[in-house]
Amino acid sequence: MAGASELGTGPGAAGGDGDDSLYPIAVLIDELRNEDVQLRLNSIKKLSTIALALGVERTRSELLPFLTDTIYDEDEVLLALAEQLGNFTGLVGGPDFAHCLLPPLENLATVEETVVRDKAVESLRQISQEHTPVALEAYFVPLVKRLASGDWFTSRTSACGLFSVCYPRASNAVKAEIRQQFRSLCSDDTPMVRRAAASKLGEFAKVLELDSVKSGIVPLFTSLASDEQDSVRLLAVEACVSIAQLLSQDDLETLVMPTLRQAAEDKSWRVRYMVADRFSELQKAMGPKITLNDLIPAFQNLLKDCEAEVRAAAAHEVKELGENLPIEDRETIIMNQILPYIKELVSDTNQHVKSALASVIMGLSTILGKENTIEHLLPLFLAQLKDECPEVRLNIISNLDCVNEVIGIRQLSQSLLPAIVELAEDAKWRVRLAIIEYMPLLAGQLGVEFFDEKLNSLCMAWLVDHVYAIREAATNNLMKLVQKFGTEWAQNTIVPKVLVMANDPNYLHRMTTLFCINALSEACGQEITTKQMLPIVLKMAGDQVANVRFNVAKSLQKIGPILDTNALQGEVKPVLQKLGQDEDMDVKYFAQEAISVVAQRLRKLDFPVKDSGEPSVPRADKNHFPRPTVPGEDMGKGPVYQLRGDTRDTLAQLEIAELVHFSQSTD
Amino acid sequence: MIMNATSNEQQELFCQKLQQCCILFDFMDSVSDLKSKEIKRATLNELVEYVSTNRGVIVESAYSDIVKMISANIFRTLPPSDNPDFDPEEDEPTLEASWPHIQLVYEFFLRFLESPDFQPSIAKRYIDQKFVQQLLELFDSEDPRERDFLKTVLHRIYGKFLGLRAFIRKQINNIFLRFIYETEHFNGVAELLEILGSIINGFALPLKAEHKQFLMKVLIPMHTARGLALFHAQLAYCVVQFLEKDTTLTEPVIRGLLKFWPKTCSQKEVMFLGEIEEILDVIEPTQFKKIEEPLFKQISKCVSSSHFQVAERALYFWNNEYILSLIEENIDKILPIMFASLYKISKEHWNPTIVALVYNVLKTLMEMNGKLFDDLTSSYKAERQREKKKELEREELWKKLEELKLKKALEKQNSAYNMHSILSNTSAE
Repeated sequence: MAGASELGTGPGAAGGDGDDSLYPIAVLIDELRNEDVQLRLNSIKKLSTIALALGVERTRSELLPFLTDTIYDEDEVLLALAEQLGNFTGLVGGPDFAHCLLPPLENLATVEETVVRDKAVESLRQISQEHTPVALEAYFVPLVKRLASGDWFTSRTSACGLFSVCYPRASNAVKAEIRQQFRSLCSDDTPMVRRAAASKLGEFAKVLELDSVKSGIVPLFTSLASDEQDSVRLLAVEACVSIAQLLSQDDLETLVMPTLRQAAEDKSWRVRYMVADRFSELQKAMGPKITLNDLIPAFQNLLKDCEAEVRAAAAHEVKELGENLPIEDRETIIMNQILPYIKELVSDTNQHVKSALASVIMGLSTILGKENTIEHLLPLFLAQLKDECPEVRLNIISNLDCVNEVIGIRQLSQSLLPAIVELAEDAKWRVRLAIIEYMPLLAGQLGVEFFDEKLNSLCMAWLVDHVYAIREAATNNLMKLVQKFGTEWAQNTIVPKVLVMANDPNYLHRMTTLFCINALSEACGQEITTKQMLPIVLKMAGDQVANVRFNVAKSLQKIGPILDTNALQGEVKPVLQKLGQDEDMDVKYFAQEAISVVAQRLRKLDFPVKDSGEPSVPRADKNHFPRPTVPGEDMGKGPVYQLRGDTRDTLAQLEIAELVHFSQSTD
Repeated sequence: MIMNATSNEQQELFCQKLQQCCILFDFMDSVSDLKSKEIKRATLNELVEYVSTNRGVIVESAYSDIVKMISANIFRTLPPSDNPDFDPEEDEPTLEASWPHIQLVYEFFLRFLESPDFQPSIAKRYIDQKFVQQLLELFDSEDPRERDFLKTVLHRIYGKFLGLRAFIRKQINNIFLRFIYETEHFNGVAELLEILGSIINGFALPLKAEHKQFLMKVLIPMHTARGLALFHAQLAYCVVQFLEKDTTLTEPVIRGLLKFWPKTCSQKEVMFLGEIEEILDVIEPTQFKKIEEPLFKQISKCVSSSHFQVAERALYFWNNEYILSLIEENIDKILPIMFASLYKISKEHWNPTIVALVYNVLKTLMEMNGKLFDDLTSSYKAERQREKKKELEREELWKKLEELKLKKALEKQNSAYNMHSILSNTSAE
């Protein structure tokens, strides 16, 4: 078998084929043929193991032919196969043998299921790079040609994605053939193929010589852009961006612009939508001159299009369009040619349009400068802050930082507050969740005084929201606020209020105290944690509700690293030990887990681990806090306990998240 | 009024009114042009009545204006759906705003096509491929009333324009392929399938390769669609139509269905079982023999589904006299396939109805071949143990393979390491 290892350069070659005879291919193939799809799938996913066991020669001579023939299988199996084969070059003996992988992939590239085909094409593209130029022309190009002239549309569709990878390294004669084939697929009878060709047009244009782009690609672009099916036309718009980047200004004007102009006024909204959606890319590709003369008027039309979808896409592009304009003119262009249309959109009838605009409009302030912003944009912001649709208000608030840089947030604070309060109390919990996420940002910009006066009470109110996700977000929010405003602020404003909740009659609120402590302890530091938080946590170990008790155990584990040895040894450990004897098995489980973590930490503090000299201990990383080992894992019970614990948490969340029959707990 | 005009003027007036009706109104704005809208509605009504009550009014010169008026009104880019996540099974469809006019135009179109004076040989100059193409795109309309009209219209066109038939079939083919593999969204699938049902019915024998390909590469993969429930009845009808035409298609069709058998969606699984029963109802015994093994392996899985509706639907097969007779004929093959799961369910299934049904099925099977039944009962345990052993062997195999892989990786690493140490030793010297 010396020959084999000589030939191979891939990983499979290294070991020789010594003990492979143990695993005759028949057994492996049996596995790949198993009646159970799941088992076939498992085997296919371990195909590299099989190939490795067989060695490169037998992989080539036995495994690949078998795979080539097993194309009639579940699509899921085929998908896994297509994916595996993309990384198989090493296993068949390196680049010299990469072409052996082509037959099975060629078959896979013709199946009906799009996902499989796409994956096969992806793998083929990958493998094409591993072919030598000679092998490429001898094996790969003929494969592409066969696919391109296949009977059924699937193979022709797949071919579309392969032209661009073989073109650059092909000889001139072959290049001409490839171009010809691509051309014929662009006018294929089946719309599926035309769509595939249109979607690869830009990519193909990029690898062509400039002359061929002008003489070959542009006519294809023009004809696809006027296809009878709008699904084809809109893909041509996408290609337009790539093609435009390749051509000179004059060529763009004569070769591309007429088509683009037509697309912007297409009778199908889908095509117009695509133009609007790609507008800033088109703008960059077409350059400033064409933008001014042609694209801006087209954009104005898109902003007042009769379909809301198109207007929303255009509105979304407003900011980027502004930023891409030449610096010296952009203020005037926006003020005179864009702003009037934007003003209309602020009171659009469709909320998606308004919301799209609200997500970018603040960005214009940096472009227009302080005075214009105050005079022209501010009234729009204020109007949008009062919009009936929460998403619009939210989008404005989420982008406040842009305005802050230009005119300062104070200009807005009067209108801001009512908007925030209203969102904070919105009936939809997702809206409330969204506004919470912006709280740290707002707090930073509005300053601590404003915050304490107006927003602090909101943040505390969220802690007792009836939806778990809100309470959770509110907890994280507090942590971020403490990071921003410092521990002293935390000690005075936040911590006392949080700790009071430990006595709440509702066990969910008592748990919130624990969650807050988990989140805040690190930001607050050792002193506050030990003196103020720890006593409360320890007291809660006697709670009647098991969920509270096991969360006490979790919390103690969490804040353990912040506490000093004395507190750990003298206060935490006894409580945990007591919980470890709890009658509830979840409490017991989490207490034991916490004990083991705390014990490790105590040990670590007593005997600092030396930097060297103990190489035998795996993962002896002194900076790395050891991951808790799950007690009872040996008995195979660990995960079961875990599941129970988690289930209980999840149930508690669901119960409240549903908003149905939320009852105060009876304890 | 056309009626009141003299016969000479009638024709001219007819064309003028047709031209007048080409003017479109904005129905999104419900208050604008109320008066004009009313006039157009009245005119359309008048046109409908004119072509349906009079003979000899559809003269050659009118065709162009008629088709122009129809095209101007019905051909439009369908608006984006109000509800981007529109679920046809759950949500109310958005109705076409301009329906008061469009309905009458469709009405007029139908009367025109169905008129005894209608001449396809003249009309084909205007109702051409491009026209049909646009008509087919309208089937995506969210408004079921419009799709219903379109269905009748397309059916009439298919019937009257022989030259367009192949084209229509091909375009439907493309729409379906796009639906299956690209967008998964097209509102008019059920309507198109309904038309196809009657088209397939008229196919001449032997079936052309093109039609067989349509069955295998379009209709069968269509079973994978998410919204199958919306058009399954029509789809199953088409499939059964094919099988009634050509029984040799039974095997590939059933194998195709087995390939796309739903893995997680019980609702779809029930539909598949329903379709299988429809197919079995018309199957020839010789065809049955060809697919009994894979088919009953699947049925055996369905029978032991923990979803009781799936299990129940599969067990209902045993209430079907014809299927029962097929099973009896092939009991030697089928009983060994079915036995293990039936036996297991009779002991384990959570649903008492299913257990009761299974008992009946077991009883029926036992009566068909008591000896085989007893053999299987006694070998059941040994069989299970053999399976378990096989399972262990499989695990063992993979474990060994993994070890081999590790060993190889290690060897490689070692050799690299050795190289490295040799090199570093040399350099140290």
